[in-house]
Amino acid sequence: MSEFFAMGGYAAYVWPSFLLAAIILVANIVAPLQQHKRVLTEIARKLRRARKEQS
Amino acid sequence: MIVRFFHQMGSPRYFYGVAGKLIPWFMVSFLITLVLGLYYGLFVAPPDYQQGESYRIMYIHVPAAWMSMFIYVVMAVSGLISLVWRIKMTEVVVISSATVGASFTFLALATGSLWGKPMWGSWWVWDARLTSELLLLFLYLGIIALHSAIEDKRVAARAVSILALVGVVNIPIIHYSVEWWNTLHQPASITKFGKPSMDMSMLVPLLTMAISFKLYYGAVVLMRARAEIVERERNARWVQELVQEEAK
Amino acid sequence: MSTLSLTSAFTLLLKRDMTLAYRRRSELVNPLLFFVLVTAMFPLGIGNDPKLIEAVGPGVIWVAALLAALLSLDAMFRSDFEDGSLEQFMLSAHPVSILVLAKILAHWLVTGLPLFIAAPLLAVLLNIPGDAIPTLMLTLILGTPVLSLIGSVGVALTVGLRRGGVILSLLVLPLYVPVLIFATDAVKTAIVGIPTTAQLSILSAMLVGSLVLAPLATAASLRISLS
Repeated sequence: MSEFFAMGGYAAYVWPSFLLAAIILVANIVAPLQQHKRVLTEIARKLRRARKEQS
Repeated sequence: MIVRFFHQMGSPRYFYGVAGKLIPWFMVSFLITLVLGLYYGLFVAPPDYQQGESYRIMYIHVPAAWMSMFIYVVMAVSGLISLVWRIKMTEVVVISSATVGASFTFLALATGSLWGKPMWGSWWVWDARLTSELLLLFLYLGIIALHSAIEDKRVAARAVSILALVGVVNIPIIHYSVEWWNTLHQPASITKFGKPSMDMSMLVPLLTMAISFKLYYGAVVLMRARAEIVERERNARWVQELVQEEAK
Repeated sequence: MSTLSLTSAFTLLLKRDMTLAYRRRSELVNPLLFFVLVTAMFPLGIGNDPKLIEAVGPGVIWVAALLAALLSLDAMFRSDFEDGSLEQFMLSAHPVSILVLAKILAHWLVTGLPLFIAAPLLAVLLNIPGDAIPTLMLTLILGTPVLSLIGSVGVALTVGLRRGGVILSLLVLPLYVPVLIFATDAVKTAIVGIPTTAQLSILSAMLVGSLVLAPLATAASLRISLS
């Protein structure tokens, strides 16, 4: 199994590129979800404040 | 029927709902094809007779490079639609694809340089494809910078659509001139960096990875579009109801 | 009220811009000074080995021309945007792309042309051989209008922004690459003495292409930025 990880001696190039790909793919999923949640909570907070002023 | 589809897709609320339903499908099929592609690419495909194992970086580099081009064309087309037919939702698609496109271009550049190091002995080679990819990255960054600089998001989206159109017209010219420039300074005999004629066992994983990246793009662009829609329609009534529902 | 014909509107706008530029004559020389200064910097950076400077010469001149054009682009619509006359042009009955073309031509006459005049001096500075100078000037005549035309699209997109300058260079420089490559290559082959018809014909194709397409994109961008 360790021979597989050695990647024929090119491990130092193959694995970082796969790692970088993983990081970029995950980041591009997390970022929009966070932005979405942030906007929703922002709107919720504004709503609550608006309702408090009316009552 | 088509007209109704276009009309409906135009309404943010309908698009928001449909996108919400589609995302899980995109994500699941992306993960399946990714696992398949990686399994075949890393384990099954034989080592290259010249480059040994280092060529496996191709399974990330080539699909990413294809995606960077594909996404820019999708942005230009949706920009054209949003300018000509004023459909709000295609505007959202343009800006939602920009960051993903830029990330794929950066990924293609980084893995290209990681692949080039063992093969050509240096981290960066002014190869025609890498140079065009670098210029494509600047085009993407220009689009992202322009969008963030303009406050009014409606104006920003239409300005970005024009820039994407101007960009897509220039990409072949830039690519052709970089090819011309590249053949001037380097002997033409340099190893072909592109897809050497591969047998099936190498080609199949590559195509699966390409498909999985496209599915990934589908999922991410819809996620970003939903976030962008909620931000734009923040004081629309349906968004308020949505927020109250979730708050309960 | 007699409506202006298109050509008279075009010439009127051109005359207006030229007189405005002429009134601020001292400002006209700035892009030129910048062009000469940047070109003079390179030998200081590279060292005075003539062969090295000659090898780098055409590239240096053209990168300097690119930066000089970029520097002067912002002024194209800025003053009209601030005093509101840009909106008046947009409301005119004539096609906006033709009026925009007048503004781009005025901008080129004020900033692109001086670079063409300064080129022989710089060729001597970077000891580019004499027989390559005509080609250098030809590439400048063909190339600098393309810089103004493509740049006008970027300016139109960033005219509404307070500090649009940096973004303008990010938008426009990648689009300048083809002009840079073919112009520099034309001068390099001229130095070696090989005929440069191929590069020059591609440059003029770019000129004609951008002459037709750029004003349309600029007009559309202006309509959006001012909306």
